[in-house]
Amino acid sequence: MNAIEMKEINKSFFGTPVLKDVNFSVLPGEIHGLAGENGAGKSTLMKILQGVYTMDSGLIEVAGSPAEISSFQDARQYGIGMVFQEFSLIPELTVAQNIFLNREPTNKFRLISDRSSIAKAHKVLESVGIDIDVTVKVSTLSRAFQQLTEIAKAIAAEAKILILDEPTASLAKHEVDSLFKVLKQLTASGVSIIYISHRMDEIYQICDRITILRDGNLVAVDSLKNLSPQEVIAHITGRKDVEMLSYEGREVDRRSTPVLKVVELSAGDRVKKVSIELHAGEVLGFAGLMGSGRTEILRAIFGLDKVGSGKIYINGEEKTIKNPREAKGVGMALIPEDRRRQGLIMEHSISTNILSANLEKLSHFSFLNFQKINQFSQTAITDFEIRPPEAKREVKLLSGGNQQKVVIAKWVATNPSIILMDEPTVGVDIGTKVEIMKLVRSLAAQGKSIIVVSSELPELLGVCDRILIVKNGEVTDSLERYEIRDEDHLQLMLQGINA
Amino acid sequence: MKTKSLTRFDWRSSFIYWMFALIFLFFGILLRNDGFLSPNNLLNIFRQTATISVVAVGMTFVIACAEIDLSVGGVAGLSSVVVAVTIRDHGAVAGVLAGIGVGLLVGSINGLLVSRIGIPSFLVTLGMQGVAVGTAALITNYAPIPILSDAFNRVFGSGSIGRFPSVIFWSFSAVLLGWITLTRTTFGRRILATGGNRDAAEFNGIDTKRIKFTVLLISSTVAAIAGMIYAGRLQTGRYEWGTGDELSAIAAVILGGTSLFGGGGTIIGTLFGALLVGLINNGLILAGLPVSEQQIIRGLIIILAVALAKKK
Ligand SMILES: Nc1ncnc2c1ncn2[C@@H]1O[C@H](COP(=O)(O)OP(=O)(O)OP(=O)(O)O)[C@@H](O)[C@H]1O
Ligand SMILES: [Mg+2]
Repeated sequence: MNAIEMKEINKSFFGTPVLKDVNFSVLPGEIHGLAGENGAGKSTLMKILQGVYTMDSGLIEVAGSPAEISSFQDARQYGIGMVFQEFSLIPELTVAQNIFLNREPTNKFRLISDRSSIAKAHKVLESVGIDIDVTVKVSTLSRAFQQLTEIAKAIAAEAKILILDEPTASLAKHEVDSLFKVLKQLTASGVSIIYISHRMDEIYQICDRITILRDGNLVAVDSLKNLSPQEVIAHITGRKDVEMLSYEGREVDRRSTPVLKVVELSAGDRVKKVSIELHAGEVLGFAGLMGSGRTEILRAIFGLDKVGSGKIYINGEEKTIKNPREAKGVGMALIPEDRRRQGLIMEHSISTNILSANLEKLSHFSFLNFQKINQFSQTAITDFEIRPPEAKREVKLLSGGNQQKVVIAKWVATNPSIILMDEPTVGVDIGTKVEIMKLVRSLAAQGKSIIVVSSELPELLGVCDRILIVKNGEVTDSLERYEIRDEDHLQLMLQGINA
Repeated sequence: MKTKSLTRFDWRSSFIYWMFALIFLFFGILLRNDGFLSPNNLLNIFRQTATISVVAVGMTFVIACAEIDLSVGGVAGLSSVVVAVTIRDHGAVAGVLAGIGVGLLVGSINGLLVSRIGIPSFLVTLGMQGVAVGTAALITNYAPIPILSDAFNRVFGSGSIGRFPSVIFWSFSAVLLGWITLTRTTFGRRILATGGNRDAAEFNGIDTKRIKFTVLLISSTVAAIAGMIYAGRLQTGRYEWGTGDELSAIAAVILGGTSLFGGGGTIIGTLFGALLVGLINNGLILAGLPVSEQQIIRGLIIILAVALAKKK
């Protein structure tokens, strides 16, 4: 008997079909992968299972009997738990308070006992091997820790079916490993897991079977033992041969004055005496574990965090950059890691979002030039293949990957000479990942200087000319790309093992 | 992996207490010969802030939920009038029930308009303020209505329990109840969740519309009780009672450290915020300043205090 069976599910938004007669089933105790391009309908299918959206037609069965799921509570009653792609955490509450939100343990006077939720939360986190201080506010946690809190929350709710929508998007390798250990442990106790991911290696590492969607159609269901990665990718993209990312050696002229030179920059307690030289046309990668301070280094350079000491030179000239406006003024752009919070105004349209960073260019004496704006956003939409290609569509209605493309499009449109990218391919599908990386390289070829922070080592290895290892807010090593043999080699370097 | 908890001392979170101590010290020294520190005057400060602190407790709930209630002053006035009229015609018990009824009625209307129809609470309650004051004036034809029930007057403000004026009992109960509700009940947690991130709260299965409705209902009801305290203390019902209290209450809440953007809330902070507002009023009166100057200085102190208390 299937733990979950979804039969002939149909769903459209504004008359556009997003799911077409999709069948989907999950066995008890299996980890079932759900794959497909950005906008294929994965999240929509899962939101139907969650009661967030109502299907237009179709049938859902839980453990063999028909289930009416029309609200999140219903789903919870059926033992379906979800780790949201967009977080369901309340920033001002603590980790423990969030984990038990809306089902707080109470004492005999029916008052909330924070002490017991702290103890329980601690136990859950311990069982999962996550070390978070459960008494801190969620808003003070990094994305990775928020993600882990989100996972702990679903586990604490004792879900029988756990849906994880791109759970590792912001996790470092060892965090992914410990997450996977937990997932395996959960399946052993009979929990079924639905696992949405754009990362092939993960799917093969953890999933038993896979369902692949393309443009709202079911295109394949099979055990992963029967499918080669090439076949999976072919199903996902609908194309026979997909170009993979591989490094091609390039020459960067390092004799000229660096475009960006950072000398012994310190900021807060997360950035310690960081020195960087970035030349025209160079792609520099930051590799490091989650929480190593890579994001903070970018933030300090970009004027988002207060700089304690150190100097920044742009084209040889010393500059003080106190805020993002000044950073923009010297030709910098930062593509932030958390698009929902820092990159986009979710309620605004694609074109308004793109406009927000390009106001000067698209107006005349402060009056907006709508013709130019339309042209401009249409170009961006075509260049970055944003789907659906409707400039007026609110970005919160786009799939995660397309939202990310809007962020990148917006900043590239400001025509910066220095681009700082923090995890630019989070939540982006395989095809688009390659496109974004190609874009990075073509920007570099045009002479732009780029810093890429990424937890996906193959990505760094694919585009970077040089890779800095960041640890505890310090740059501990600097490697030329040709000095690095392969991913394993870089992984060892990251863990501080010189090999 | 360890999270770096941000344990750097955050003086802003305890700001209200420092500010309170500072202003207290300031007046204590400056007005030491004007009887500022006399037990009677200190008790007076409590008495004068009682209504504000009661209203401010309700307001803390509303603001923690990222809404606002501008109708509380009007509700207090309306309730005082309705209570007075009902007591005159039907006796004290009916009067109290009628007063609470006013709060429940206005609160439900506010709550329904905000949560069901989706009109911003700012607009709904701004309009309701006018409606409430106008109705109170209409019922009484602008005249004060004396309250002759001794029992009512004693319970709501004029009497005392031992040395303590009964009004202090009211504000103490409101603070205690509010504090427990906000920090120790699931309802309180749901308020904070709704104010902190409404979408996320919905995903957690919280009925955020109901929460919004309920906080506005509470705020109005509490304001109606404040109106009764006015009525009992001054032994009259009058449409003007409570005028401007919404602003003092909001100032108390914000001074106390609750964010105007919702998601957080501290009742104890609110109590001290209210006391601080009372302290400033009292000190300025004792210092013998003319009303115009009192107003200016009070306004400036509040702006300054809120500016300093503001989290980055
Ligand atoms: N609430 C909504 N209103 C309108 N359109 C929507 C809504 N939610 C999703 N869509 C559209 O439905 C399609 C499927 O989106 P969905 O989020 O399910 O994709 P996905 O497979 O999860 O993609 P990704 O990998 O990028 O997360 C997209 O074209 C998206 O724009
Ligand atoms: Mg998705």
